[in-house]
Amino acid sequence: MNPVIELQRVTKRHGALVRLAEMDLTIKEGEMLALLGHNGAGKTTIMKLILGLIAPSSGHVDVLGGAPDGPHAERLRRQLGYLPENVTFYEQLTGREVLTYFARLKRADRHQVTVLLERVGLVEAADRRVKTYSKGMRQRLGLAQALLGSPRLLLLDEPTTGLDPAATRDFYQAVKALRDNGCTVLLSSHVLPGIEPYIDRALILGKGRRLALGSLKQLREEAQLPLTFRIHGTLLAMQSQLWKAMSLEPIPINERCVEVNVPAENKMQVLRQLTTMPNIDDIELSPPTLEHLYTHFSTRPASLTLGASA
Amino acid sequence: MKAMFIVAAKEFQDGLRNRWVLAITVILAVLAMGIAYFGAAASGGLGFTSLATTLVSLSTLAVFLIPLIALMLAYDAVVGEQEAGTLLLLLTYPISRSALMFGKFFGHGMILAVATLLGFGIAGMVIALGAEGVPLIQLTVGLARLIASSVLLGWVFLAFAYLISVTVTEKARAAGLALGVWFLFVLVFDLVLLALLVGVKQGGDWLPYLMLLNPTDSFRLINLSGFDSTQLESGIAAIAQQGAFHSAWPPLAMLVWVVVPLLLAVRRFHRHTA
Repeated sequence: MNPVIELQRVTKRHGALVRLAEMDLTIKEGEMLALLGHNGAGKTTIMKLILGLIAPSSGHVDVLGGAPDGPHAERLRRQLGYLPENVTFYEQLTGREVLTYFARLKRADRHQVTVLLERVGLVEAADRRVKTYSKGMRQRLGLAQALLGSPRLLLLDEPTTGLDPAATRDFYQAVKALRDNGCTVLLSSHVLPGIEPYIDRALILGKGRRLALGSLKQLREEAQLPLTFRIHGTLLAMQSQLWKAMSLEPIPINERCVEVNVPAENKMQVLRQLTTMPNIDDIELSPPTLEHLYTHFSTRPASLTLGASA
Repeated sequence: MKAMFIVAAKEFQDGLRNRWVLAITVILAVLAMGIAYFGAAASGGLGFTSLATTLVSLSTLAVFLIPLIALMLAYDAVVGEQEAGTLLLLLTYPISRSALMFGKFFGHGMILAVATLLGFGIAGMVIALGAEGVPLIQLTVGLARLIASSVLLGWVFLAFAYLISVTVTEKARAAGLALGVWFLFVLVFDLVLLALLVGVKQGGDWLPYLMLLNPTDSFRLINLSGFDSTQLESGIAAIAQQGAFHSAWPPLAMLVWVVVPLLLAVRRFHRHTA
């Protein structure tokens, strides 16, 4: 598959401040990639470079077969959808009017406005002023806006800020449906559990540099983080020889429950031993989540991660 | 081109919806009728006096109001959208920055044009119907000139407003600067000019040309010249009464005052990072 986005040794300086340093990134068609990082890590800078809103200080950006800030921009812009982080739509207009305005500017079919309003669940509120919308409704209107003209590339900057968990799930399910139709999605978010089930790969950024890049599986392998076993049973904390034999350190949660961290390679071995013990009622297994991985990579000293590969 | 008209249409519709058009129309019409009726109050009379007095008073009203209205209408055109985040979004749309800026100018420009035409037009009709012995042709010509130059004056200050709006990053600052611009061109400039007029004992042939440096003075020149009685009423216009230059100059100067700030604003907008 052709790469939809290609960044080659892209650096963006802002005065003395380096917003992005020697970034290499290739995103394939139909991929859903998450940009993770603290504020100022370079997430929005990457999006703005891809959108052609800013030009790289050095290096090369290629989006859908051309530089996004050159003559290719006009054609490119009809094929991409963007939802900025903080956007307040024209409050005096109704949802339908806002969407119609953007549809006309994007030369999208007028019928799409009604279809999209239905898709994001705003049909009933369509003829009310945006002023009266809740945060979630505004965000959904923003998504509908990004979907105008059936984009091949979707950039979502913190799309679920201020949404409740159910709304977040609905939002990502809508995005996933698009991805399944071949749309490439690039998104940034602070709400890591929300995006975990949906993304193909994650790029973890810190101070404009790549700290890690890969699928969850790859990141887990690279990070070598232990799994967490939560064990329910009786007298668990007492059996110190047992834990010692398995070279594990139990963390008591309460009288009937302990947690142990198990290196990934010992998982099956520990599991077999535990299942033979009569006083254990239940074992909960949790692999390191995206949140753990993110914490792991973003707190690692930068010198260790320069050579990190995808 | 098409994108520009989409933006213009949206701005104009906003103007209708926010009741800008209605408000400007009503203010201009009511004040204009008031001036026409109470124009002679200072000399102890009521009712319509003379066409010249009325038109001169109307243009004095317009000099204060129209720039203020134009600046208020457009000072947040760019910085407002920037604060809302919609500017960032629009810049990722298939529309050039020039088209966005010119679209806004045409939209706002139409709001001013329609409202001025309606406001002064209604007042003119009331004068024509209500007052006795008004020379209709002269009224029409005078009013047409007033309306056309008022619209031009409004466009000048729209262009100023965009220049302010692309320069600053906060709406509040844009509002402050807009007031400053109004103050400078409507009040301060004339005071300085009057001071010069009094101060310069001889020579001073160049003084009338200074008036072209201020769009509001050009506006005054367009509307006040041609009425004998105005020399008494406007010290400023008296400077240019000796026929210092051709009558086409003031309108041309105003056109320049529309085009130059507008192009500067577009140029700045191109360098603008949302």
